[in-house]
Amino acid sequence: MIKKSFIGLKKTHLEYEQLGNKIQAPKKISVSKKITLLLECSIDLIDTFTLKTGDPVKTGQKISPAKDNDAYVISTATGIVTSITEYTGDYGKSYVAISIDTDSEENLDDEFENSCSEITFDLAKNYLACIPGAPCHEIFQNTENPINTIVIYGGDNDLLMTTNQYIIKSNIEGVKHGVDVLKKIAGVDNIIIAIPGESMQGYGHIGAEVKNIAMKYPSASPHMIMRNVLGKVIPAGQTSENLGVTFMTVEAVVSLGDAFSNKRIPITKLITVIDKNQNKKLISARIGTPLSEIFSALNIQLNDKERIIIGGPMTGSTVYTDDYPVMPNTSAIMVQAAKDVSLVSDYPCINCGECIRICPANIPINMLVRFLEAGQYEDAADSYDLYSCIECGLCSIVCTAKIPIFQYIRLGKYELDRINSAEAVNE
Amino acid sequence: MNNQKKFIVSHAPFWHNGSNIRQKSYHTVFAALPAALLGIYYYGIPALGVISLSISSAILWELLMNYATKRSISVGDGNAAMIGLIFGMLLPASMPWWAVITGTFFAIIIGKQIFGGIGSNPFNPAALSIAILMVSWKNYFDFNAALLNYDLDFVMIYPLTLLKQLGSPAADSYSMIDLIMGKQAGGIGSTFGLGLIVGGIYLMIRGFIRWEISVSFLAGIFITSFVFNLVDPVRFVGPAFHIFTGYTLIGAFFLITDDSSSPVNMVPMLIYGAVGGVMIVLIRNIGGYIDGVIMTTLLINLINPLLDKIRPKAMGKVV
Repeated sequence: MIKKSFIGLKKTHLEYEQLGNKIQAPKKISVSKKITLLLECSIDLIDTFTLKTGDPVKTGQKISPAKDNDAYVISTATGIVTSITEYTGDYGKSYVAISIDTDSEENLDDEFENSCSEITFDLAKNYLACIPGAPCHEIFQNTENPINTIVIYGGDNDLLMTTNQYIIKSNIEGVKHGVDVLKKIAGVDNIIIAIPGESMQGYGHIGAEVKNIAMKYPSASPHMIMRNVLGKVIPAGQTSENLGVTFMTVEAVVSLGDAFSNKRIPITKLITVIDKNQNKKLISARIGTPLSEIFSALNIQLNDKERIIIGGPMTGSTVYTDDYPVMPNTSAIMVQAAKDVSLVSDYPCINCGECIRICPANIPINMLVRFLEAGQYEDAADSYDLYSCIECGLCSIVCTAKIPIFQYIRLGKYELDRINSAEAVNE
Repeated sequence: MNNQKKFIVSHAPFWHNGSNIRQKSYHTVFAALPAALLGIYYYGIPALGVISLSISSAILWELLMNYATKRSISVGDGNAAMIGLIFGMLLPASMPWWAVITGTFFAIIIGKQIFGGIGSNPFNPAALSIAILMVSWKNYFDFNAALLNYDLDFVMIYPLTLLKQLGSPAADSYSMIDLIMGKQAGGIGSTFGLGLIVGGIYLMIRGFIRWEISVSFLAGIFITSFVFNLVDPVRFVGPAFHIFTGYTLIGAFFLITDDSSSPVNMVPMLIYGAVGGVMIVLIRNIGGYIDGVIMTTLLINLINPLLDKIRPKAMGKVV
C-alpha cells in the first residue's frame, strides 16, 4: 500500500519493481488434479462443439471444438474432459470453460512436432496463440496497417511484478533465439527491445535494437514507450498498431523460440505471486492450473473479504473465485488482505486537482469525471479527451474523494464502443 | 461450491494513497485555529460565542439539508465545520446571534447545498455569505462601530477605514509589528497575520491548498500596491500595509483557495490569484468599498471556469 507523503506538495511517485542481481529460480507447481482451459469464443457456439464431456485429451493437443470457428486452446495436461460450461469475464467477455481431470500418466500430443519442420507464420497462428505471454498473431497479417516495428518489452507493465525481468535476466539466449523466430514469423526486421532501468549491458548480441526505459510508473505503458522511445505520439483513440508498431512481452518471444527449438508447444507460465505482505515469489505453473493450487503450494491462506487480483495493483482485475485458472497472460497474482482493501466512495469531485497534476496524458480529469458520472460519454470523448487516456490508473490512486475514476473511464470507453458498433450494425 | 469464500471484487487500481476529504477539512480547521484563538483571546467570550455558534449552526444547516434532500449524511466530512469556522473568523466579535445563524444559512444552503453540495459550489460559501450580509446589514460590518465597546491596548480604528479617509498617512497610526501580531481592529480571526501565514504555509506544504494561488495573489497585491505607491506616495499606501490589514491574509490562504471554486491547472491558478490581487488593490485604492477581498473572491470565483479552459494539450489529441 502506498501512502501520501507528509509533504503533500511532493507528487506521488511510483516505481516498477526492479529484480536485483540475486535471481532465484521459480518454484515449480506440480500438475494439479484438475485444470481449466478458457476458450475465448461466443457461448452460442457450445451447441456446435465436437468436443464432449468424457473425451480424452493429450498434453499439448490443440482443442478447436467449434465448427466453423478457428478459436482454439492448447490442452496443458492429459486427461478426461469433465465439463464444458460458459464463463463471463471482465466487460462481458465470453469464454467457454473446459475442465479436464488429469491422469497420473502424461501423454504428449505430436501434431505440432510433425508439422513444425519450418518456421512459418501459419504454423504460429494455428498452434501458438495460447503460449505463455499470449502473443497476438493476427496483427501481422493486417494489410491496412502493416506492422513494421515490434517492441519487445523486457520489463513488466505493472508494479511489484518481476516475471518478464526474470526471463530476460535468466534466459538471454532464449530471447535471442525467440527474436530470430519472431523475425521469420512476422517478416519484420525492425525489432526494438526495451529494458527497464539503467543497465543496458549484455543485450548487444540479441539481434534487436536495445532501448532504455525509466523505472517510473507508467513509462512501460505502450503509449509512453511510443512517445519517449520511438518519438511517435499515438493519436487519441488509436492504438500503436495503427502506426505499424506492436508490443510483445519478452515471455511471449522466448516461448515462440522454445516452441520451435523443442518442437513442443510451451505450456508452463511464469508468474509473480504477491502475498498479503507484498512478498514476491516467482513460480512456474501450467496454464489452466486453478489459483487455489498455487495458494496452497505457497501456503497462502485466503479469507472472506480479501481480494485476488490477476495482474498488478494498478491495472489488474479481480476474480471472485480461487478456481479461476492461470491464463496465458497471467503474469502476476496478487492477494490483498481485508485491511488493505481500499474502497471507493460515491462522493462527487471536489476539484482539488490532484489527478490533473499526476496524469501523464494531461487529461482534464476533473471535468471528464463529471461527464462520465452523468453518463454523457460522447461529450466526455468530444470535449474532455476521454480517448487520450493511457489507462495507468494513477488518477484513482490520488483521488481525495475516492472516486473510481479509472473505472468510469474504462466504462465510458466500453459504452462508446458498444454504441459505435450498434450504429455500425444498423447502417 | 457451498463453502466458497466471498472475495471482494472491484476495479483497478487496488491501491489508494489514503487521502480523504475529512483529513483535508480538519487540517484546514487546524491551520486556521491559531488566528481564531488569538481573536478569541482579544475579544473574549462574545468572540468565542460567535465562532462556536457559527460552526455549530453550519453543521446543523448541513444536516438539515441532508435530511431535506434525502441524501447521505455528509457532516462527517468536516466541510461544513470548516466553512463555519472560516465564516466566523470573518465576523466582528459583536455580531448578533441571529445574523450568525442567517449567515451560515447563506453559506451552507445558498452557497453550497443548492448547487449540489461539496465540490459543486461556484463561489466560496463563506465569502458569498459575508457578501450577502454586508449588503443586507451594512452597519454590522462597520468595524469601528461594531467594536465600539472594546478598549484594547491597541488602536481600535479599522485600518482600512482610516486608509480610505486619510490615504497613506493612515499607516503612521499603526506599527507594523502590531498589524502582524493581530493588534488591529477587524474580524475575529482575520487580523492575526503571523498565525494566518503559518497556517497557510502549513496547508501549502501539506498540499491541502495550492501555493500557486496564494503566492500569485499576494504577489498581485504587492506589485499593484507598489506601483500605486510609486505613482502617488501620499494618496496610496505601500504594499505591506495592504497585505497585513483587512481580510487579505485569510483571503489568500482560506477563501480563494477553496477547491471547488478555484482552478486546477498551473497557468490558470497563477492568473486567478494575480487577478484577485490586482482587483483588491484597485478596489481599496480607487474603488468604493473599504475592503475588496470578499467581492474580489466572488469575482475571481466567477472567472474560474473560464480560466480553467487554459490547459495543456492532452496526449495524442487531434485538433
